[in-house]
Amino acid sequence: MNIDPWILAFSAITVLATVGMGFWSAKKSKTASDFFVAGRSVGVGMNASAISGEYLSAASFMGVAGMVMSSGYDALWYPVCYACGYLFLLLFIAGPLRRFGAYTIPDFAEGRFDSPLFRKIAVIFVLFIGFFYTMPQMKGAGTTLAYIFPGLPYWVGVVLVGAVITLNVALGGMKGITFVQAFQYWAKMFAISVPIFVLMSLYGHYGNHLQANLVKEHSGIISSGDTSTSLEKAAELNRKPLPEKSPADSIWLNPFGPLTTKAVDTAIKAAPDDARKAVLQTQRRPYSLLYTYSLIIALVCGTAGLPHILVRFYTNPDGVAAKRTTMWVMILIGVFYVFPPVFGVMGRNLMPELYNGLTGVKGTDGVVLNLPVILSERYGVWGSILSGITCAGAFAAFMSTFSGLLVSMTGALAHDVYGRILRPRSTADERMRMFKVCAVLCGAGAIVLGFLVEGFEINKMVGWAFAIAATSYFPLLFLATWWRGITMKGAATGMLVGGTFSLLAIASTMFADQAKWAVGLKTYYAAHPLLRILAEQPAIWGLPLAMVLMIVISKLTAKEIPADIRMKMLVLHAPEKLGLKQEYIQEHQQGH
Amino acid sequence: MNTPPSTPPDIHSEEFLRMLMRRQLRLSITCAVTFFVALFGLPLANYFAPEFMATRVFGFTLTWLIIGVLFFPFVWIISFAFIKRSIALEEDEVRSVQSPTTREERQP
Repeated sequence: MNIDPWILAFSAITVLATVGMGFWSAKKSKTASDFFVAGRSVGVGMNASAISGEYLSAASFMGVAGMVMSSGYDALWYPVCYACGYLFLLLFIAGPLRRFGAYTIPDFAEGRFDSPLFRKIAVIFVLFIGFFYTMPQMKGAGTTLAYIFPGLPYWVGVVLVGAVITLNVALGGMKGITFVQAFQYWAKMFAISVPIFVLMSLYGHYGNHLQANLVKEHSGIISSGDTSTSLEKAAELNRKPLPEKSPADSIWLNPFGPLTTKAVDTAIKAAPDDARKAVLQTQRRPYSLLYTYSLIIALVCGTAGLPHILVRFYTNPDGVAAKRTTMWVMILIGVFYVFPPVFGVMGRNLMPELYNGLTGVKGTDGVVLNLPVILSERYGVWGSILSGITCAGAFAAFMSTFSGLLVSMTGALAHDVYGRILRPRSTADERMRMFKVCAVLCGAGAIVLGFLVEGFEINKMVGWAFAIAATSYFPLLFLATWWRGITMKGAATGMLVGGTFSLLAIASTMFADQAKWAVGLKTYYAAHPLLRILAEQPAIWGLPLAMVLMIVISKLTAKEIPADIRMKMLVLHAPEKLGLKQEYIQEHQQGH
Repeated sequence: MNTPPSTPPDIHSEEFLRMLMRRQLRLSITCAVTFFVALFGLPLANYFAPEFMATRVFGFTLTWLIIGVLFFPFVWIISFAFIKRSIALEEDEVRSVQSPTTREERQP
C-alpha cells in the first residue's frame, strides 16, 4: 500500500475537526427546539453558510467536474440549475414557509390541510427522498476512502463516515450541525478554488484550456475563433493526446452532446435499416433539446422541493431573514459552482488518461482528486498537498450533506412519527431523547443502504432524488402556498401519482441498462428513443401531471377546503409584524 | 415576534388577503418570467443559432461563457431586486394597515 502522507493528513484533519466541533457545539444544544430547528435563532450569514455547506454534496464536489470532463457542455446544466433552483425557492416558497412556523415539512402538510393523514404521507416522502439522496453520499464516502488508502475495502469508508456523522447529529441535533456545516462550506470553497487558481496560473487559464478544444468543420458548425492563435495556445498548453474513448472536441464543446443524444445514438446503432437510421438522424437534435428542457425542470424544481433543504428555512428567525438567507445561499453556491467545471476542462487537456479509467474515482469522477497530482512532476510535494486539500474538501462534501439529511430524516421520525403520531402526549424531553435514538436508527439504515449502491453512479442517483422531489414536493408546496382551493385529497393524489410514476419511469431505465431479465425493455427503449428520454428525465411530464391532478381533484373535493383557509393564507403571506401567527396559534390552542 | 400591534379588524377581510397575495405573486411572477426567458431561451439559442453561440470570447464559446460564468451573477441580480421589492412591499402593507387614511383610500 502506498499512502500519500499529505492526503492522509488533510483528510484526517477534516474528520477530526468535524468530530471536535460536533462535541463542542453539542454542549450548546439543550432544548428540543435546539435539536429540531436550532432554536430558530440562526443568523443570516451562519445559516446561509450552513445551507450551502449542506447542499454542496459529493455530486457537486466531484460529480460535476467528472461529468463536464466526460460529457462536455451539456453537463454544465447541472451546476447552473443546482444554483438557480434556489431562485424558485426564494420567489415562491421560502418566505411563506417560514412564516407558517412549523418544525418539519410534515408539520406544514398537516397544519395547512388540518389532516393527520397527510402528515403520514409527507413523512414517508421525507424518508424516501432522504434515503435516496443519502445513498450517493455513502457511495462517495466509500470510494474516496478507497482512493486515499489503496486496497481498503469500499465498506470501511461507508461505516466510518456514517458513524462519525451519526455521532454528531445524535449529540447536537440541528443546532450542533449548523456550525459544523457552515465550517464545511468554507472548507469546500477553499478546497475547490485554491487548487484551481494554482493550476490556472501554472498551466493556463480556463478560457485558454477551452480554446484548446478547437472546433473544425463538423455538422455545419465552424469555430469563428482565430485558428492560428488557437493552435499556438493549444500547443503552449502541452495538451496531451485524447484517448479513443473520449468524445471528440466538436461534440464535447458544443451543446447537444453525448449526455443528451445518447438515447437516439443507441437507437441509430440498433436501427434495422438505413431509412430508419436517416429518420432517427433528423430526430437527434430535437430530442436532445427535449432532454435538456426536462433536465432543467427536474433540477430547478427539485431543488425547491428537497425536504432537507426546506427544513433549514425553519431555523431562520423570520420570513425576511429566510429571504435574505436564500439570496446569500445563491451567492455562496454560485461562486462555488464556477470552479468544478474548470477541473473538468483542465482534466480533459492535462489528464486525458482518466477517460480510460473505470467508473468512479479511477475514471473521470476522480478528476478533482487526481488533477492536482500533476504538479508533482514539476513542483514535487506541492502536488500532494493540493491533492490532499481536494480530498479534504470531498470529505467535507459528503459529511455535511449526510448530516443535513440525517437531521431531516431524524426530525421526521422523532417529531412527526413519535411525537405526533405514536405518542402525541410525549414531553419535550422525551422527544429529545427519541431524537437521539432515531438518529442512530437512521444512521444505521443509511450505512446499510450505502453497502448496496457500490455499482451506481453518484450523479445519477442524485438526479433521481431531484426528479422525485420535483414531481412530488415542489407542486405540493407551490400550490399549497399560493392556491387556497387545494384540498388534502387533491394534494395527496397529485404528490403520490407524480412521485411514484417518475420513480417507476426512472427505475425502468435503470433496469433496462443493468438487469439481465429486462433485455426486452432494453431493446424496446432502443427502438423508441423518445420514450427512453421521457422515462430517463420524467420531470417534463411528471410535474404537469402532478399539478393537473392536484387541481382537478381539489376542484372535485372543493367541500373539503379547510374552514379557516383565509386565516391560514393570511399567516402564510401577511408580514410578521402584523402578529397574525400568534392569533392563529391562540385559535388552535396548541403552541409548540 | 414582538409586541402584536393593535390590528384593525380589516386585515381579516377578503379584500386585504386578495390584495396581499396578488401584489406578492405579481412580484414573484415578474422575477420568475425574467429568469425563465433566460433559462429556457439559452437552449433555444443553442438550437437555432449554433454558429453564433459558438463564437469565441476570451477562449470560451459564447454559450459556455454564459452558462458557466455569467448566469450566476444574473440570478443574483434578480434575487437582489426581488428581496428589495418584497421587503418594501411588506413594509408598505404594515403601514397601510396601521394608518387609517390609506385604509379609507383602499376601500372606497
